[in-house]
Amino acid sequence: MAMQQRKPTLSRRSFIATTASSGLIMSLGSLLPGCSKEEAASEMADKGTSKMFAPNVWFEVSASGLVSINIAKAEMGQHVGTALARVIADELGADWGSVSIKHVDTDPKWGYMITGGSWSVFTTFAMLSRAGAAGRLTLIDAGAALLGVDSADCDAVDGYVVAGDQKIAFGRIVSDGDVSKTFSDEEFAALPIKSAADRRLIGKDIAAHDIPAKSKGEAVYGLDAELPNMVYAHPLMPPTRYGSRITDIDDTEAKNIPGYLQTIQLKDPSEVIQGWALVIAESFPAAMNAAAAIKVDWDAGPTAAVNESDIFAEGAALVEDENSGVLVVDDGDVAAARDNAAARHSSTYRTASALHFPLEPANALVEFKDGQCHIHSGNQWQSLILPYLATALQLAETDIVIHQYYLGGGFGRRLFGDQMIPAALAARELDRPVKLVFSRAEDSRFDCIRSPSVCKFDASFNADGKLTGLEHAAAAGWPTLTMVPAFLKDGVDGNGKFDPFSISGADHWYTLPNHRVRAVNNDLAQRTFLPGYLRAVAPGWIGWGVECFMDELAEKAGMDPIEYRLALLDATGKNSGNDPESVGGAQRLTAVLKDVRDRSGWGRSLPSGEALGVAVGQGQERTMPTWTACVVHVAVDGSNNSVKVKKIYQTIDCGTVVHPDGAMAQAEGATLWGLSLALHEGTEIANGEVSAKNLNAYSPLRMADVPEMEIEFMQNVEFPTGLGEPPLIAVAPAIGNAIYTAIGKRIRDLPIKL
Amino acid sequence: MIEFTLNGKNVISNSPPETPLLWVIRDELKLKGTKFGCGIAMCGACTIHLGNDALRSCVTPLSSAAGKSVTTIEGLDSANGKALQDAWVDEQVPQCGYCQSGQLMQAANLLDGNSAPNDEDIDTAMNGNLCRCMAYVRIRRAIKRASQAVEK
Repeated sequence: MAMQQRKPTLSRRSFIATTASSGLIMSLGSLLPGCSKEEAASEMADKGTSKMFAPNVWFEVSASGLVSINIAKAEMGQHVGTALARVIADELGADWGSVSIKHVDTDPKWGYMITGGSWSVFTTFAMLSRAGAAGRLTLIDAGAALLGVDSADCDAVDGYVVAGDQKIAFGRIVSDGDVSKTFSDEEFAALPIKSAADRRLIGKDIAAHDIPAKSKGEAVYGLDAELPNMVYAHPLMPPTRYGSRITDIDDTEAKNIPGYLQTIQLKDPSEVIQGWALVIAESFPAAMNAAAAIKVDWDAGPTAAVNESDIFAEGAALVEDENSGVLVVDDGDVAAARDNAAARHSSTYRTASALHFPLEPANALVEFKDGQCHIHSGNQWQSLILPYLATALQLAETDIVIHQYYLGGGFGRRLFGDQMIPAALAARELDRPVKLVFSRAEDSRFDCIRSPSVCKFDASFNADGKLTGLEHAAAAGWPTLTMVPAFLKDGVDGNGKFDPFSISGADHWYTLPNHRVRAVNNDLAQRTFLPGYLRAVAPGWIGWGVECFMDELAEKAGMDPIEYRLALLDATGKNSGNDPESVGGAQRLTAVLKDVRDRSGWGRSLPSGEALGVAVGQGQERTMPTWTACVVHVAVDGSNNSVKVKKIYQTIDCGTVVHPDGAMAQAEGATLWGLSLALHEGTEIANGEVSAKNLNAYSPLRMADVPEMEIEFMQNVEFPTGLGEPPLIAVAPAIGNAIYTAIGKRIRDLPIKL
Repeated sequence: MIEFTLNGKNVISNSPPETPLLWVIRDELKLKGTKFGCGIAMCGACTIHLGNDALRSCVTPLSSAAGKSVTTIEGLDSANGKALQDAWVDEQVPQCGYCQSGQLMQAANLLDGNSAPNDEDIDTAMNGNLCRCMAYVRIRRAIKRASQAVEK
């Protein structure tokens, strides 16, 4: 998941025209998400008879002019298929109405498959632009020849090659022209990308491709997949994630339940699944009822008595211990600043366990066929789970195919497809297709939660009260350490490795004289549960402490919180930005902060108990900053210690916005996620597992809790960065800061309780 | 053996009478638009109409449908239902989309009883339907758009 490992893998195939035959009709069976029945039918008629132009793996143009675009990213609500198809279609000069989208199954030709980190547009923009451009150049050459004009006089517009008052449709060119032009890797890499002024689709409003089916109940999710002769499986999960062992299973009573078949114990060579059994039945209700009737005794694993308070205590001890962890940032000389300090100020911020709670419970349908393992399940990171599956099943990765579906929420939970493992083990043992469906409670118990976290901040000041040093230590469970240790990074002090996705946000864009960041793994957390990546990942909890402490520093300095931040955002040195991903550096954070300041009426007087609070965010990693600034208007009711968020203002700069309405939808959702995690969500580890397992105990934000929102995007043509997560980051600290201004109480624990 | 009407067609289920209607509809009668979310009637993804009532099918036993009329998202063809589905597209409501069948069934039930709901009416009627993507602003807007479209 580290940036350097996620370079888009361009297919090295040279560009060739292919003639499609009836074989392609076979592919209609997998024309899953994003393709209506009508589209599938017309495409079948089209493909059955047509010559195809497929200049690279990402799209093909038929002799009828239909453009079918392959999407290797998961569709989980971000309308990523629409956004990426717009990038290709814009460069290609396609008619948007002739474009269809296909979400593809795993295959090495797609390169590294991950949908996360808000990376999709950022990491594929250049490659997909060039893929479209290559197609355009080929079509223009072939079209020019058919028209008898010079290629240099032609353009590709709305599905036609146009030269003056002559034009010829893409379909005709594919049918009658010579589309065999090829590009070497070097030629491909040198293809120019359209200037912003020439774009016809990117940045323009458009309806998302996946929405009509989702408005009619026709969209197909993993839970909806079925195969002939399949049985249902329901998990019997142990009391701890690791180290539990089944000592006895008594299914006597279950044998009276119609449809109950058997219970099997699992042995997983990959050791992801430990101490599990699966109930097998002819229907999901039978499996559920049988599971309730079966008695399982476990020899519980070593963390069966661990509570949230133990993990917090461990985290607190770790951040105090300067010898723990590794340094991620070590600018200047914080030790000297501390030794010479005239005054110091420390605070500790914490966040509680939080669930992903995607509304579609974990599920997987697995079938072994012709020596291959076919898995039907929505997934965000196929390239992560394939090696685990290969180990679990003792199969080559190339003999495992993950068939993609719409995801009923991702939010990072479906980055790890660990639910596929028990389903696959069972399908092989039973020699028939197995559909494993988790109930909601099991889904929550199996979640890779956002780890409880502890952040300690130590500031040093000189005799004038000026900030001279800032130290930040952060302790939490690290997702990367367990799931994908190869992606850990080396600390700057040579003391070992750290999880970059559990500290990003601490290496922020404020220019500080002496700054040290220490990342510490909370080993007790790591042993107790599987830490996961939750929407906005580290900055979703790191930002809570960083931005609330920034307000504490502003108060110490006697300055307005916005003026204080602006003074530190000088965009010098490492904060001056890089081309293309962070052109302008911290200046762009300054710009969004000033914009939200002005729009929110910052500084205006409000009734007693009400206040505005501010915070900023810079997306996830410094290598792909998305600049956000948020002002929240809160009203605190002292009579019942309740906090009401009246309005949220947010300004976002993610460079070029490919799909404006989709971007706004993501911004609305992520902003409300920030609010939900601040005031409504949160659970705790109790006796080794999460205590809140369903909506009777876990309470994400509902419609009646939605405040007024004014969200604006900066209009520019900079390189597009990520969007699905960054608008979450600044919301919680802005609320915390507003509460302090309203009632003088500094909140340091998330979720917020007065 | 229990008989009922599903989206206007007579159907027969052989499942035990206590089986939640959700699984009869999804797995036995193969209409997959109705979704499973929480299983305890607190998310609304499984909302259907039984007669004129919007119910959570995950906790509604098959027996309660006997001889009655059940409507799912696949059969939501009332004027209000169609207006809502159009408004869902016009307002670009769904994100992951998983809750939206239930949202639409609940919203149709709201409009069937209140042709011009205000924000408070909408919040009250829709608060039991969780949208994990939190597309609430657009759901609210689309319900208003649909109610105006039907009024015209």
